[in-house]
Amino acid sequence: MAAPCVSCGAAASYRLFLGGGVSLARRQGVWKAAAAELQTGAGFQILRLRHTTGVTTKKNVAALRRETYTVDFIKKQIEEFNIGKRHLANMMGEDPETFTQEDIDEAYGKLLEAEKHQNQLQAKGLFSEKTKTKNLIGSRWLIKEELEEMLVEKLSDQDYAQFIRLLERLLTLYGGAEEEFVQRFRRSVTIQSKKQLIEPVQYDEQGMAFSTSEGKRKSAKAEAVVYEHGSGKIKVNGIDYLLYFPVTQDREQLMFPFCFLDRLGEHDVTCTVSGGGRSSQAGAIRLAVARALCSFVTKEEVEWMRQAGLLTADPRVRERKKPGQEGARRKFTWKKR
Amino acid sequence: MLKRMTRLVSGARQLDPGRFLHGEPQAPQSLAAHLDNQVPDESPRATSCTSEDDPVRTFNEACLMVRKPALELLRYLKNTNFAHPAVRYVLCALDGETGTGKTLSLCHVIHFCAKQDWLILHIPDAHLWVKNCRGLLQSAYNKLRFDQPVEASSWLKDFKTANERFLSQIKVQEKYVWNKRESTEKGRPLGEVVEQGLTRVKNATDAVGIVLKELKSQSGSGAFRLLVAVDGVNALWGRTTLRREDKSPMAPEELALVHGLRKMVRNDWHGGAIVLTLSQTGSLFKPRKAYLPQELLGKEGFDALDPFIPILVSNYSPEEFESCVQYYLENSWLQHEKAQTQEGKKELLFLSNANPGQLERLCAYL
Repeated sequence: MAAPCVSCGAAASYRLFLGGGVSLARRQGVWKAAAAELQTGAGFQILRLRHTTGVTTKKNVAALRRETYTVDFIKKQIEEFNIGKRHLANMMGEDPETFTQEDIDEAYGKLLEAEKHQNQLQAKGLFSEKTKTKNLIGSRWLIKEELEEMLVEKLSDQDYAQFIRLLERLLTLYGGAEEEFVQRFRRSVTIQSKKQLIEPVQYDEQGMAFSTSEGKRKSAKAEAVVYEHGSGKIKVNGIDYLLYFPVTQDREQLMFPFCFLDRLGEHDVTCTVSGGGRSSQAGAIRLAVARALCSFVTKEEVEWMRQAGLLTADPRVRERKKPGQEGARRKFTWKKR
Repeated sequence: MLKRMTRLVSGARQLDPGRFLHGEPQAPQSLAAHLDNQVPDESPRATSCTSEDDPVRTFNEACLMVRKPALELLRYLKNTNFAHPAVRYVLCALDGETGTGKTLSLCHVIHFCAKQDWLILHIPDAHLWVKNCRGLLQSAYNKLRFDQPVEASSWLKDFKTANERFLSQIKVQEKYVWNKRESTEKGRPLGEVVEQGLTRVKNATDAVGIVLKELKSQSGSGAFRLLVAVDGVNALWGRTTLRREDKSPMAPEELALVHGLRKMVRNDWHGGAIVLTLSQTGSLFKPRKAYLPQELLGKEGFDALDPFIPILVSNYSPEEFESCVQYYLENSWLQHEKAQTQEGKKELLFLSNANPGQLERLCAYL
């Protein structure tokens, strides 16, 4: 009765393996009972196994009655079991060729113990999340492409997700034991530096304090010199700003930095501007003036200006016209025929 | 930049009701003001309800702000020696600014002279005579020149209402024959000439020419003092947009009105003063940045006007700005709640850069 025994044992172990790492303890007793049943069962060609799982529904029972196991099916199952046995051998670090049933049982015993141990530890609450967050700040996981590049092999999305999950789980174990190993798979992310470059205050011949800075908007470039004590006069390219910007909107743009800091009549500005149109020139001067004002103003006010958007260069540029379209976004008139 | 010019009737010694005359529109500007403390001896606010549109009707009064350029001019006028030839004063702006108040300073001067009983010869906007005229006629008097009946008749109407008192006083010194049936005899009052021009529109331009000639010759006699006030005098020497029937452009000399006015502005007469304003905003074919008298008048005009006294009209000084904003606030013109605060005023100051025209436009929708 060697063959059936082997096959039964194979089937039993296979079922054992199928159960996976979770809740094996529950099943062990069950399988032993099943194995016993198999041995007493008759019929070699057709083996009728009774699956006794933890929960037997009526549906399951009905399906089982009609189920028959063909020889091909059994052969396939045996092959799969062998492959699984080899995987397990690799996992345990043993030679797959000489992995016997006893070795299988031992391996499972160890795995179960480890799981029990982990459950105990988790129950005791020894795992802290803090270290995990500390390691994770300022860095990010490798993206799938980067990981593929590193391992020189193709990955599927599920593999990648599983990998990331395992690494994260590893971090939580034992207070980050394998930190260097895990850090190999993380890249640092530079934090947006919130420091603004503050221009130094310069002094000219008469001892007047002034500061210079530049600003850009679209294709207009401006350079502004802001004097600390003045009467609120602004000269653009040597021309008074009222004449240079006849439109009120442009003058309002110039007024914004001063108005924001409540220093409307206190500074004199001389600036040069070139390029762009009237609105972008006004925006460029505004940026330049705001940057220059940083040097006369406290740090909190600089932070307020940054939050108000006065110190950020407007990144909007004219979008390129695409072929096949009339403009950047506008398509040609659609004609039905 | 004037929407409606107001001219006070010289007979309005009692301040109201004075009748206001309408000049030609040029550009909007409110007659905003109130009298500053600078000038206690000036006439107080002239109030009257008129049928003018916007600014005067909104405020129900027409006020001028008394400012330094006007005061300066008035001082000169008070000290003029009427035996000498008429002195030319040109109001111009500094550094290409527009909207600084040249036209309104002119108005102020006119008002003053009207109070002093001068005869006012006021052309509200000379640019209107050289552009976009309809109905050009060939002059009967001089075949080479052209008449503009519409402009001439409207001006005659204004002139009549302005100087009614004088029209009966001044007598014509020559006989003028209008056509086969009508003529004006020597010694008839000038009013008849004006009437003739008004009724016979075809002869309006000639009537204007006659008026000018008579006034010029008679002002030296001392019976009255003549004030010639022209706004936008650079129109007289620039180019015109008018064309002859064969589409060739016309030079300003060929317009009879312009010709007469040029003669008027020449200082070969005495017994009065000439006050002129340069204006770029209405001028034809001149770049926007041109503001110097030489640029705006051209060589010919500059030579013609040559010895003149330039009077600079500039933006508001801080006190003037304050008083202007105060006036708006008093009349509840500024409804924005921030307008009353100090920051609001600073913002207005910054945005308008103390330019009266800009300030008026800003406050228009506040």
